[in-house]
Amino acid sequence: MIKLQDVCKTFYLGDQAVHALDHIDLDVQQGEYLSVMGPSGSGKSTLLNMLGLLDRPDSGSYKLADSETASLPEVQRAELRSQYIGFVFQAYHLIPRLNARENIEMPMMLAGVKAAERRKLADDVLERLAIAHRAEHLPKQLSGGERQRVAIARAIVRKPTILLADEPTGNLDSHSGEEVMLLLEQLNQEGITLFMVTHDAKLGARAHRHLVMVDGQIVEDSTTDGC
Amino acid sequence: MIRHSDIIHFSWQVLIRHRFRSVMILLAMALGVASIIVLTALGEGARRYVLGEFAFLGSDVLIMLPGKKETTGGLPPLTGTAARDITLQDVEQLSHRISAIGDIAPLVMGSAEVSFKQRSRNITVLGSTDALITVRQLQLAQGRNLDLIDVQRASDQCLIGQTLKAELFGSDRVIGSWVRAGDYRCRVVGVLQGRGDAFGMDLSDSLIMSVAAAQRLFDSPGLFRVMMKIRPGYDIDDAKARVIALMKDLHQGEEDVTVISPDAMLSTFDDVLGAMTLGVAAIAAISMVVAGVLIMNITLISVSQRTEEIGLLKAMGARAVDIQQLFLVEALMTTVLGAVIGLTLGLSLVALARWTFPDVPFYTPAWAIISALLIALVAGLGFAWGPAKRASQLLPVNALYQRK
Repeated sequence: MIKLQDVCKTFYLGDQAVHALDHIDLDVQQGEYLSVMGPSGSGKSTLLNMLGLLDRPDSGSYKLADSETASLPEVQRAELRSQYIGFVFQAYHLIPRLNARENIEMPMMLAGVKAAERRKLADDVLERLAIAHRAEHLPKQLSGGERQRVAIARAIVRKPTILLADEPTGNLDSHSGEEVMLLLEQLNQEGITLFMVTHDAKLGARAHRHLVMVDGQIVEDSTTDGC
Repeated sequence: MIRHSDIIHFSWQVLIRHRFRSVMILLAMALGVASIIVLTALGEGARRYVLGEFAFLGSDVLIMLPGKKETTGGLPPLTGTAARDITLQDVEQLSHRISAIGDIAPLVMGSAEVSFKQRSRNITVLGSTDALITVRQLQLAQGRNLDLIDVQRASDQCLIGQTLKAELFGSDRVIGSWVRAGDYRCRVVGVLQGRGDAFGMDLSDSLIMSVAAAQRLFDSPGLFRVMMKIRPGYDIDDAKARVIALMKDLHQGEEDVTVISPDAMLSTFDDVLGAMTLGVAAIAAISMVVAGVLIMNITLISVSQRTEEIGLLKAMGARAVDIQQLFLVEALMTTVLGAVIGLTLGLSLVALARWTFPDVPFYTPAWAIISALLIALVAGLGFAWGPAKRASQLLPVNALYQRK
């Protein structure tokens, strides 16, 4: 499903080179649940952005569903993002002028889905995530947990095969955080590949596979059962 | 691929959300379009007003006046430098020997006190023939034209204008009444209709008598003007050349008259006033460019404020062309809406001007409306193109996390 080979990404802070990804190799199968942990600046988010095709590697190979993405033109990368990938961000990234349903409809609108069908699918997801009663509310009228649910709804409404979650509970209280985690884990159980970047060791431990990054390198790649 | 209806809906939501910004763009665009509409209406109104003043002459009339000036174009010389006057004998020769001339109206002009009973008024007195009515395309409100008589014979008939009639006669009977013009008495046979003013001459406050009588009244053997109506089917330039040649022959080989055709004069005025209209339209068009720069700046600000949103849209699968379209449609909507408001405002102002000054035919030409709308579109889209392109080319990760 996902195969990274010798991927490098370097940023420059003035004259100083920062190796955000330093010769990364990674193989991920469909339906895996991975946590990515590590200290700040270790390259976790860069790895997530790379996997989500938001950024390009300086060198190396990234195959997604057998397509070599590193050299693909932007328009095809956009198609792959639309087809395979859903994002859940710590800061939700909801469009403030759109209500919950309209935010959820956005990926479908970009894919050219008709309005009536969009509305039906959005309502289905809203129902499933138990926020149907908040469909007409603007993001500023929602609680943090509700906003993250809307963001998750938006991420999964196109039925992606990969869900990339960057600190999904970082802005939530423990109760809301737990609800969001259960939701994400349920999605994983239904077959979605889940990547979760987190600082929280307890949350990280809930994943089946644990990546630990330091200075742009994966220093630990282990599974819960110790295999 | 994002649907057109969705792009429009999405862009409309943005415009509604950012009302103040949208209103500023609309205002700039509307004022630009309105200024083109109004200024061209003023220019075109002035052009039509001036041309209307000369239009009574028709395109088949030649005007001959004494004197020859070498400079051509523009207004005819008001004073002659002729060695010889144009006489009634010349008029007879022209009438008999040039078949292209249909009606010919010699003209003598002066000022005299005209009186009826106890009332008198100092006015312009014209001496001419019955042909003046045809050549000047005048209408009679009452009575009849002067009798057709030998041009050299003084008759006792005269025509008067409406103002003179009102001032001298009041409710008295006009037709058949005798009036005194200077030392001369004449009987009113007809009253002119309307104002009939042109060349600064208000025919409604004038008296027209036979040319021979006017020559005696003003002791003027020479003619002020000769107006000739060319028969249908004859070439006016050819007729003009024949008139000049015959006058040269009659005046011992000296070319001492000027013959002008209203068409040539109108053409000059038309050129000058047309250029003026274009000039003011160009000045107004500059305001559209200013509006375009405003759109560019506001689109740049919008791109800057919505960078995160652009990143999010890209993360959700939006292509560069989708992002570009979203910003361009926003600009297009404000431009079109602004242009429609400007058009309505401009045309309303022109209608108001027409109502306030009914004598001036304010009119916005179709080309000005089309140009204003096209310039608005080009300025709106052209200036938004750069910022929209820039937005579309942002790297998703940089846009999402607002990295430089």
